[in-house]
Amino acid sequence: MSNRRSPLLRLFVLLVFGFMYIPIIVLIVFAFNSSRLNVMFEGVVNREPCGPFYWFCVLFGNKAALLAAGNTLKIALASTVVSTVIGTMAALALQRYRFRARAFSEVSLYIPIIIPEIVMGISILVLFTQIFRIVNSALALGPDQRLGLGLGTVILAHIAFSIPFVVLTVRARLHGFDASVEEAAMDLGANEWTTFRRVTLPLIMPGVLSGALLAFTLSLDDFIITFFTTGPGATTLPIYVYGLLRRIITPEVNALSTVWIAVVLTALLVSQRLRSQRA
Amino acid sequence: MLKRLRESKSFRGTLLASPAMLWMIILLIIPLVLILITSFGGRDPDGNVIYGFKLDNYIRLTGYTENCTGIGDYFGGLIEAIANPAAYEDIQVAATKCFDPLYLQILWRSILLAFETTLIVILLGYPLAYYIARSSARRRNTLLFLVLVPLWTNFVIRVYAWIIILRGQGVLNSVLVTLTSLLGLPFQPLDLYPSPGAVLVGMVYEFLPFMILPMYTTLEKIAPSMYEAAADLGARPFRTFLRVTLPLSMPGVVAGTILVFVPVMGTFVVSDILGGKNLVLVGNLIQRQFLDARDPAFGSAASIILMAMTLAVTVYYTRRFGFGEEIASA
Repeated sequence: MSNRRSPLLRLFVLLVFGFMYIPIIVLIVFAFNSSRLNVMFEGVVNREPCGPFYWFCVLFGNKAALLAAGNTLKIALASTVVSTVIGTMAALALQRYRFRARAFSEVSLYIPIIIPEIVMGISILVLFTQIFRIVNSALALGPDQRLGLGLGTVILAHIAFSIPFVVLTVRARLHGFDASVEEAAMDLGANEWTTFRRVTLPLIMPGVLSGALLAFTLSLDDFIITFFTTGPGATTLPIYVYGLLRRIITPEVNALSTVWIAVVLTALLVSQRLRSQRA
Repeated sequence: MLKRLRESKSFRGTLLASPAMLWMIILLIIPLVLILITSFGGRDPDGNVIYGFKLDNYIRLTGYTENCTGIGDYFGGLIEAIANPAAYEDIQVAATKCFDPLYLQILWRSILLAFETTLIVILLGYPLAYYIARSSARRRNTLLFLVLVPLWTNFVIRVYAWIIILRGQGVLNSVLVTLTSLLGLPFQPLDLYPSPGAVLVGMVYEFLPFMILPMYTTLEKIAPSMYEAAADLGARPFRTFLRVTLPLSMPGVVAGTILVFVPVMGTFVVSDILGGKNLVLVGNLIQRQFLDARDPAFGSAASIILMAMTLAVTVYYTRRFGFGEEIASA
């Protein structure tokens, strides 16, 4: 039953990995294309500035792309911090306490995982537009004071879909938690807050960190919910790329994709490194 | 005293959970109730929602037209449409006075595409998950890492890659041209993009890792002694697979199916980018109602139907097979 003995299985696995990686390799290669139309690969670009990295230099001089990158990071950081704190609190509550709204909490936390993202996106859009309409007319706000969709609404929505994933990840860590260490700390005179800070939190930290990492990547990757909750000036990278795909696609998009892949690869390698060091 | 303590514990639980609950109520439950209410409304000429309690939007989705007087003709049209075995991408059943097949076609096309994608992803992913689960610990980490990289590369960027590969003078056609000319064969460049086939490829590509990871989690838990026991009892590899591996890994397949089926039903990005203007899925229909057609009430009704369908699949699968932490593990 060993893998080594089945050449057919190995060939199949190789083909599937090929299917997974050929598009990524193609993306990267075309970032060095000399053809602006980017339909066929017409040789490696060699143009001032930057020679073969011409498209990367064009990208880094592109204000719209940089703005979108900044927005993406701001949104991801804000939603990660808030959803990690709130989600960890909820995970502690669900794992440790019996309280009245418990069953309701459990169910509502599963909803974002099993309903299609587009339904969540448009329903949040409907909520925001209704709230804004009521507030704007009630306060009789002028055209430039009106509340509208923007960075704030995207962050609120991202926190909403991240919380359940943080809760699941932290709960998994709390599952094997030995409560006797907390009792020991209390017996030795630590109050509850000190016990939490010095004993509980360090022990569940790996779970909290992987929850935060998950929230961060979910936010970075999100297209659909951002699409419905974003407004003027709050374009994120995925929205920006999507907008470009409907017009002319130059190798600049490939350069952007290549930078993205490089960043993700580095982040993944670092997190793997950290995990193996801890183990 | 004891009672007070218990009460305070319960209070503390509520307090800790309340920010998350508040968030879920305001940004999840209230919005869902809101689109349920909206779906029974209508629109004025400016595209504003007029609230009311009318079933018009749902009736419109069934294809029952306004100028229809009796229900009989409607079913005639419906049966004719169902009897037509044309492929889902180009059912061209003409609208009759009573029956307009447009929306049912969109729903049917979306369901079919979601099933096809899920099936292909299982067939491609299962052997891979099995191979990773049976590898040595060191190799396993490397292989899992290789599965994660495409998953973390942005969703929109991943679809974009397929434009470069599939378009008229794209990578695939160029490779085929070179190959056939080397062999001296005639070749006509394939018209692959935009097309329904391109959408299927894109969907499979997007969601393959979502199937591999939960399947791997269950396969990895199967103790090697299980395989040894099966072999000792005289089972040949294929029989071992059917009677031991497959049943034990079912929870992973079920979790993967839900993780793939639900988003495929709901996405509009892949079909928008790879399918061209004429390929409309439920996701595209909903998106257009909210952004171009400006009929949020009809879009809400379509969302409610979409949600009902995905919930039905999820509930059926979990009841039938049961799954727990596998979804979380992905």
